[in-house]
Amino acid sequence: MPTVEMTVNGKRASAQVEGRTLLVQFLREKLGLTGTHIGCDTSQCGACVVHIDGRAVKSCTMLAVQANGASVMTIEGLANGEKLHPMQEAFRDNHGLQCGFCTPGMVMTAIDLVKNNPAPSEEEIRHGLEGNICRCTGYHNIVKAVKAGAAAMKG
Amino acid sequence: MTATGIGASVKRKEDYRFLTGQGSYTDDINRHGQVYAYILRSPHAHAEIAKIDTSAAESAPGVIAIFTGADYDKGGLPAGWQIHSKDGSPMIEPPHLPLCKDRVRHVGDQVALVIAETYAQAKDAAEQIDVTYKELPAIISTADADKPGKPQVWADAKNNTCFDWHLGDKAATDAAFAKAHHVTKIDLVNQRLVPNAMEPRAAVGDYDRATGEYTLYTTSQNPHVIRLLMGAFVLQIPEHKLRVVAPDVGGGFGSKIFHYAEEALVTWAAGKLRRPVKWTAERGESFLTDAQGRDHVSHAELAMDKDGKFLGLRVSTVANMGAYLSTFAPCVPTYLYATLLAGVYTTPAIYAEVKAVFTNTVVVDAYRGAGRPEATYLLERLVDKAAREMKMDRVEIRRKNFIPRDAFPYQTPVALQYDSGDYFATLEAALKASDWAGFESRRADAKKRGKLRGIGISTYIEACGIAPSAVVGSLGARAGLYECGSIRVHPTGSVTVFTGTHSHGQGHETTFSQLVSDTLGIPIENVEVSHGDTNKIPFGMGTYGSRSLAVGGSALVKAMDKIVAKAKRIAAHLMEASVADVEFKNGTFTVAGTDKNVPWGTVALTAYVPHNYPITELEPGLEETAFYDPLNFTYPGGCHICEVEVDPDTGVTQIVNFTAVDDIGRVINPMIVEGQVHGGVAQGIGQALLENCVYDEESGQLLTGSLMDYCMPRADDLPNFKVATQSTMCTHNPLGAKGVGEVGAIGSPPAVINAVLDALSPLGVEDISMPATPLKVWQAIHSASAKVAAE
Amino acid sequence: MHDFGYHRPASAADAAGLLAGKNEAKIVAGGMTLIPTLKQRLAQPSDLIDLGGIAELKGIKVESGGITIGAMTTHADVERSTDVRKTIPALAVLASGIGDPLVRNRGTMGGSVANSDPAADYPAAVLGLGATVRTNKREIKADDFFKGMFETALQDGEIITAIHFPKPEKAGYSKFANPASRYAIVGVFVARTSGGIRVAVTGAGPCAYRSKELEGALSANFTPDAVKAVKLSADGLNSDLHATAEYRAHLISVMASRAVAAAS
Repeated sequence: MPTVEMTVNGKRASAQVEGRTLLVQFLREKLGLTGTHIGCDTSQCGACVVHIDGRAVKSCTMLAVQANGASVMTIEGLANGEKLHPMQEAFRDNHGLQCGFCTPGMVMTAIDLVKNNPAPSEEEIRHGLEGNICRCTGYHNIVKAVKAGAAAMKG
Repeated sequence: MTATGIGASVKRKEDYRFLTGQGSYTDDINRHGQVYAYILRSPHAHAEIAKIDTSAAESAPGVIAIFTGADYDKGGLPAGWQIHSKDGSPMIEPPHLPLCKDRVRHVGDQVALVIAETYAQAKDAAEQIDVTYKELPAIISTADADKPGKPQVWADAKNNTCFDWHLGDKAATDAAFAKAHHVTKIDLVNQRLVPNAMEPRAAVGDYDRATGEYTLYTTSQNPHVIRLLMGAFVLQIPEHKLRVVAPDVGGGFGSKIFHYAEEALVTWAAGKLRRPVKWTAERGESFLTDAQGRDHVSHAELAMDKDGKFLGLRVSTVANMGAYLSTFAPCVPTYLYATLLAGVYTTPAIYAEVKAVFTNTVVVDAYRGAGRPEATYLLERLVDKAAREMKMDRVEIRRKNFIPRDAFPYQTPVALQYDSGDYFATLEAALKASDWAGFESRRADAKKRGKLRGIGISTYIEACGIAPSAVVGSLGARAGLYECGSIRVHPTGSVTVFTGTHSHGQGHETTFSQLVSDTLGIPIENVEVSHGDTNKIPFGMGTYGSRSLAVGGSALVKAMDKIVAKAKRIAAHLMEASVADVEFKNGTFTVAGTDKNVPWGTVALTAYVPHNYPITELEPGLEETAFYDPLNFTYPGGCHICEVEVDPDTGVTQIVNFTAVDDIGRVINPMIVEGQVHGGVAQGIGQALLENCVYDEESGQLLTGSLMDYCMPRADDLPNFKVATQSTMCTHNPLGAKGVGEVGAIGSPPAVINAVLDALSPLGVEDISMPATPLKVWQAIHSASAKVAAE
Repeated sequence: MHDFGYHRPASAADAAGLLAGKNEAKIVAGGMTLIPTLKQRLAQPSDLIDLGGIAELKGIKVESGGITIGAMTTHADVERSTDVRKTIPALAVLASGIGDPLVRNRGTMGGSVANSDPAADYPAAVLGLGATVRTNKREIKADDFFKGMFETALQDGEIITAIHFPKPEKAGYSKFANPASRYAIVGVFVARTSGGIRVAVTGAGPCAYRSKELEGALSANFTPDAVKAVKLSADGLNSDLHATAEYRAHLISVMASRAVAAAS
């Protein structure tokens, strides 16, 4: 079995995996980082989004071995101690989550969206969330949250 | 109102853990020594199992055990509601074993349970199981299932009929039609939907050899109900030896109410193997096994006098149950549907017939709204059509037939008694908020841009706050539908709330904390809400039917009444006053007309450190439990208005405005209430424009079996919503709360379709079915223009 | 998915060597199609050869007035490239509408083109712009590349290294996406080039193809109305739950007219 080594949330992580082990399985099962979720099996829902070397990707559509040597950020690594990342804070302030299952992926995608477009319009936000499905909120408050999060990230 | 009290938009207490990845969902739970289950499922819609050869699979790497129907020696999954047909005979209740023995009845039916050290090994081994099937013809179509000569799902259910039920006064309805000036008729399909909560179902079964206790962690909306059904009916494990935990649950929308085969299988297997067994659905399995929603085919007729006053309504519906009866399936197209056919109107005579049929498809059961969206869609499409035929204004015909403000309590001809409501108020507020009056100029502007603009309305009512036990018992429910709540006051005055309801997105931890902190006058941080564990919560019926606040919240109010009554006696003792003179306000006990007072914390401490205590009259401690059984259903209602623009070149419908004004009774947290409406409306728009569960009529294969083909609403499919409440209070529960979980999904679909039809009406399009996809809209435009060209 | 051997060569030559040495090996580029396919157990390769570590396959450069894009360049990099935006803006527009942002961060041009999914976007650009597909063995003209559903001119052991897009005078792309999967139900790429008008259609047939009728109409008059009026035959077009062949035929004209309107 291949050994993979990567930096996850700033810490070195290493384990033996099968070639077929998905990155999301590695994170959840080997590292116990269960904040990254699996909501589908066709790469549609985005519950599994993490950042690889600063880019948001679906960790269910990537092998753990493909992340060898990469720097991975998951939802668990966002907050600074007890202090939430401004995007996390914005989701809370705007009731941008209900059951919480899609939330980690939604937040990770939103941060990447804002990184590439610091002042997105409502339409750009809706387009930018095309790869993340939420069944609870109707997106109204998620869009509001991303807008507020973008403003807060600008500081 | 305080910053955290009743009526305040308090930020949610549960959000921190969800936002930091610390939620604990069932698949996040791992038990020591855990093994993994994979379920081999039927690839056929209908087949005899001639032979199952597991020998190769048994020696595959990591395999611990393989079980088939021949190995399973326990009971089947029970139906929780019994319906009787018109002729008095009970519904056909076929057996529903967790593992099929000799026949499979839908694609996805359970054939073998493979347990291995890893999930991948279990799945690898399952490929080596050799099942010999003898394929049989399948019946899929709802409309055709009861026709003679069709394939039969169950030998006992002649013409696939589960029951043939009716409600209302047929003679009175016939008489109303006999004197009608005009009759409007409509044929409608309420298509099948897949709930698709984002968290797939999962279950972990565990068995403690030392105590003989079983534990099931499961994605459930009602752990106590699962304990009762699985313990008593399926596996024969008594309640004191069975703990069911529903931890954080990632959405339910009804689909996680029911008791599923996999829950029983992992628990049973854990007992046999003496190891924890975990099963987690892949999304593809969710499509093939989660109970689906809706699936009605209906014909309806509305009789009117010359002024458009409704005289009578006749409805005939065929409802698809799928291949088996899911837990609450029989009540959905009956008592949650036909009883709502009066809507918000004074129609004096109503007669409804509902035939439930079996087909070789996944089971159908309650999905957000459950029966009430089907009733609302039928009525509101029918009323719009009646207005067109009578050449009346759509709003005016509704106003003319509304139940008057002063008519409450109002007894409908279909069993329900509405306690309160003001349909004029929600209508007027919605008309104003949506600028209904200014629509024609917006339509003209759109026309200049080459777009067809339309506006649609729906005025609805629903019955929720489920439910008065004696009433539902008389209608066939095999359970009570009260709720239980406990308040545990700790020695230092903080409080743990135990509720039998379950939060899977609704924010109960916040709403119930507000309710308790406001009532007891203690800081909201001093209140913790516990739910979802049968070992912690005395009892509970769970969360569905928009019942958590109206029924579960009321139980907490009753428990707090008991707490305050006892605390007053302790306070009276401390203040050397008569109990009758003790008042309790803002967390302080006072003696009327004096400056004597004792704070909440002192009373709590005294209850647990009873050194100065009326010990001969009163037990120490401060903890109370209450069960609340509602006296009636609650009746939220309101008005939804949708405005669309159709692109005639592509058939794409864009929702440009959506307004919802709902009467939901008392609001505890407006932020959460708005969120519930947003989510419900999104699901209603999903039904109206995007979502459709389609089976191949011949093979019974699910054609929309993944998110690649089943169209879930995404951010760019939806608009911002204008949401408001305009409430009258529920008259029969202590909170005045009616419920909000389902209103969005109930009121919205007909508003959307009525808007699409309004947009297309200049072209002569009179009907379109849900979902109004671009393809369907384009075809409707195309055939209407072909018709015009031919004329 | 079934297990497999995993290899991450450092050069295209090494990748080709590995590919030659394994019977049932498959190349993985971005993996946006292959990994879901493996998860569904619809393919069972003995080995996966990951091109993700090959620096020479990545990058965008301006070349002979056009643009050359390395096979392993992601859709997001194409979407955001100032060179692409300046030289062939329609290509950036097309890239910005593929899948979703997360797919665009991993998915690659080479993977998309090599796969020839009937509903993929890039084949329309390759064909519409008359691009040249460069492999480790040769150069293939776009008109010779797409052979059918998931079928291309690529031979065993052949790996796309880059694609060269000549600069058109004007080009535009418009897609009607499947509402569920967001793949193209119909996507039309139009280009006015020094060699004439090219119109490529994706989503509607077994693979991307050129529409002679629309090219004819636009050659006469490069305006949206010129193509919108063209009534195309539905014969041989794809038909599924989301779109009948007739609807697709209609959408091709509509998307073509929108692509012309958007062309720059």
